[in-house]
Amino acid sequence: MRRRYFVKSGAVALVTMGLSPSFLRRTAMGMDLPLAQKGKVLICLFQRGAADALNVVVPHGERAYYQLRPNIAIPQPLRGTGAVGSTGATGAIDLDGFFGLHPSLAPLKPLWDSGLLAPIHAVGSPSATRSHFDAQDYMESGTPDAKGTSDGWLNRYLATSGTCEQCAPTPFRAVAMTPQTPRILEGTAPAVAMNSLDEFAVRSGGGDQTARLEALYRTGSADLIHGTGQEMFEAVKMLRSANPTQYQPQNGTDYPKSQFGQRLKQIAQLIKSKVGLEIAFADVGGWDTHVNQGGATGQLAQRLDDFAKSIAALANDLGEGMENVVILTMSEFGRMARQNGNGGTDHGHAGAMFVIGGSVHGKKVYGKWPGLEPEQLYEGRDLALTTDFRSVFSEIASKHLGATNLGAMFPGFTSAARLGLLA
Amino acid sequence: MQRPIRIVAAAAMASLTACGGSPAAQVEPAPRMTAAPQDQAPAESGSREQTADEQVNHLLSRLTFGARAGDAEAVRAMGVDKWIDLQLHPERIGDSKSDQYFATLESYNTSSQELQRKYPPPNQLLQRLQAKGDRSKLSAADSAELREATAGPRKVTIEAQSGRIDRALLSERQLQEVMTDFWLNHFSVYIQKGPPERYQLAQYESTVIRPNSLGKFRVLLEAVAKSPAMLFYLDNWESQADSNRPRLVPLPGAGRGGAGRNGRGGLLTPQQQQQLARRRGGLNENYGRELLELHTLGVDGGYTQQDVINVARALTGWTFPRPQLGGGAFEFNPQMHDAGAKVVLGHRLAAGRGIEDGEDVLDIVSRHPSTAKYIAFKLARRFVSDTPPAELVERAAATFRRTDGDIRAVVRTIITSKEFFSRAAYRSKVKSPFEVVVSALRALGAQPDGTLRTAQTIATLGEPIYGHQAPNGWPETGDQWMNTGSILNRINFGVAIAAGRIPGVSPVNWKGAESLQNAPIEQQVDGVVGALLGGGVSPDTRAILITGKNPFLASAAALDTMPEMARPPTRGLALIVGLAIGSPEFQRR
Repeated sequence: MRRRYFVKSGAVALVTMGLSPSFLRRTAMGMDLPLAQKGKVLICLFQRGAADALNVVVPHGERAYYQLRPNIAIPQPLRGTGAVGSTGATGAIDLDGFFGLHPSLAPLKPLWDSGLLAPIHAVGSPSATRSHFDAQDYMESGTPDAKGTSDGWLNRYLATSGTCEQCAPTPFRAVAMTPQTPRILEGTAPAVAMNSLDEFAVRSGGGDQTARLEALYRTGSADLIHGTGQEMFEAVKMLRSANPTQYQPQNGTDYPKSQFGQRLKQIAQLIKSKVGLEIAFADVGGWDTHVNQGGATGQLAQRLDDFAKSIAALANDLGEGMENVVILTMSEFGRMARQNGNGGTDHGHAGAMFVIGGSVHGKKVYGKWPGLEPEQLYEGRDLALTTDFRSVFSEIASKHLGATNLGAMFPGFTSAARLGLLA
Repeated sequence: MQRPIRIVAAAAMASLTACGGSPAAQVEPAPRMTAAPQDQAPAESGSREQTADEQVNHLLSRLTFGARAGDAEAVRAMGVDKWIDLQLHPERIGDSKSDQYFATLESYNTSSQELQRKYPPPNQLLQRLQAKGDRSKLSAADSAELREATAGPRKVTIEAQSGRIDRALLSERQLQEVMTDFWLNHFSVYIQKGPPERYQLAQYESTVIRPNSLGKFRVLLEAVAKSPAMLFYLDNWESQADSNRPRLVPLPGAGRGGAGRNGRGGLLTPQQQQQLARRRGGLNENYGRELLELHTLGVDGGYTQQDVINVARALTGWTFPRPQLGGGAFEFNPQMHDAGAKVVLGHRLAAGRGIEDGEDVLDIVSRHPSTAKYIAFKLARRFVSDTPPAELVERAAATFRRTDGDIRAVVRTIITSKEFFSRAAYRSKVKSPFEVVVSALRALGAQPDGTLRTAQTIATLGEPIYGHQAPNGWPETGDQWMNTGSILNRINFGVAIAAGRIPGVSPVNWKGAESLQNAPIEQQVDGVVGALLGGGVSPDTRAILITGKNPFLASAAALDTMPEMARPPTRGLALIVGLAIGSPEFQRR
């Protein structure tokens, strides 16, 4: 009903008036664009600061891992236990006899068990940079070592593919739960960035101020500013009818109170309110663990605890809706294989990602494992890279979203081999 | 489809008093009024499509950050062409109010090095505290220590970011400020590149960019190339000869003794070896690439990957003392410089030379015809329209070539052209977030408030100052600034001004508002329209501002105030001011 209402009173009305708000302009111009798959949603979660992949997806079957990290390594799984609670756990949660999850990731173990979770190891940017700034830039632009790229790869996806045939044009096709549009969504296709759903409103007091403001944008002028303004008022109304303050998560889900948890909750709200969300983005910091990062407990364990609980809550809340959703986590690079002199880890090279979703071929750790012996390390110090992040991005875009424009999304890149992540 | 725009309230402007924009020459002897200097092409005043009033509004919206009370009268009194000429010569405009204010800001009167020494980044403390876990675990003493340690760097950030706003707010040399903004965006740097960057920004703005903003492009380009802000941002400070290239001066330890030995044949300590490894780094193409792609020739300007490499090689050794240890001024380091022969854009640079390599490259790229065209295009797009007429761009590029890159002359060609004063150009540009906020503050006579809050408002609108991560800078065209999120934030900015939530500015007490306080609503609306919108709004907009009624609105479902956000309603003059700032018309310049 809400969708119909919007189409009737909003988008179509604008078209008939000859207006051209940005999200329609794009669609109208791109009538021959390949269409997205109906109802599919991709949620990208960025761990800013370079998460320590070796302590996230733990290679407990690797002897060198324990030699390199005498004080911070995650102990081998406790004998005879598959599932370990997050409190009091001291060993990795075994996945396949070689890899295990950090004990704080226990909330994700059920997703593994039910085949929804696929970790990828030794994945990342082929660029040699160890600068957070550059590496985040590359991961978001999707063009390693090319700094001139002005748009992000998610935006290039949006700009070069249409919404699905039955889907109404919507201002909420791409939403970042961030204060500003992140690099990954910058570009010509419209994307909305917001701190929270309830901030996406005209923040006026009582009286007729809001109505008058709307009136100013409905004076019949047909230019970009009036059109975008009308689109915005429709979007605010559309969101209002989804009634964010009354949202009740399903399946008894209790989201963490953290900013990250609350942002994921709002992404679930957007999905369930059927406002046409296709791409969602959120980020979370605190991964730059140069000092005392801890092992099974401590600093990194705390970050992972919130991370895992938030993602598990999102998956639980979406329930069967996960059939249409893929959650993809990423971080700009991994950290040094060897612990440093401060009980932490310095900037490294390859990292790890999680892919979670109903159509994911889970219960398998993806990526060729390069090993941690001295001669196997990148530049003698870091986990080597065996999977280019663009292989992962391409595969998810094409298999999940139906993208056929991979050449435009990742110029100059041809994926070496399919990982087979998705059904 | 666009409805004709009607001048509603020009008369209301007459009651506004003249501004403080004293045109008296303070710095230079009286300008030569007889012989026209090279950069003074005759103004094409006869062929202008805009009316006299429109020309005044147009100048104030394009050559300044927005009209203050009395500015329109001052321009009218001086005459449009004379005013343009004066703004093209900022050195002839007294600017004591701005100078006095900036004399009180430490960052603008202290070297970057001294600033970093005095207010060091609290890296070690942060690492130590981070190791304790999340913030809730910090003791009161920890928190106090953290507050103290971050107060200094924070002050540096405040002064760099709000300094941009305050100068745009206060300066009488408005065209120079617009050009400063243009070049800071053209030569964009990023405050979060790393801890050392923030200490460079005030000096970058005030000693590298502004003094050269209307000067020779070649001089500006070299000032930027040598600035620690750019050297650090685009990594040139650590770019050096690859290991297979000859260095102008060999590294110690690389000579007869071979690797691992110092110049006297002795073994190096592990620390020295580490230092050597770092110093052996290699070529970093980052600046070389952006110099060609973004700063001079443009992406399709006709250079190859080999040119990028050779430009980078020519600029090896252009560095400054290690930034993490406090930095310092530009220096050329012959031990880092690749002394091999190079070919750049067809010009041969002989082997065995030093800093001249880089200087020659700057000569070559600044005189390349693609550079003239690219800079001319960007300036025409900034001043005239998102799609500037090709003929105008070509004339501006010809001026660039003829004057060897005299920016003042190029800008003059553009802002005195018939295209600049065309009907199509009038109000055709969309304001950037910076322009939205600063133009509102100027219209309402705001004063600098010494905090980050205004800068944060601009960031919320989508343009954090020194916050563009990629080196291509903020968008210069309207379509990129307009989307649902951004227009909502702009409207909410108007709402916040009306509610008195923006520091340093009142919606009811501003120069010109005195006579409006108790006036009939029509007069209030015309006064606000005059002050904020240059007098020109459609009849519909004026009607909505007066009555709140609009036939188009009846068909749209009403949007109620969300209960949790209910605040006392804004009424009267404040309401009109808020509506005007949130209006579609205010988003244009």
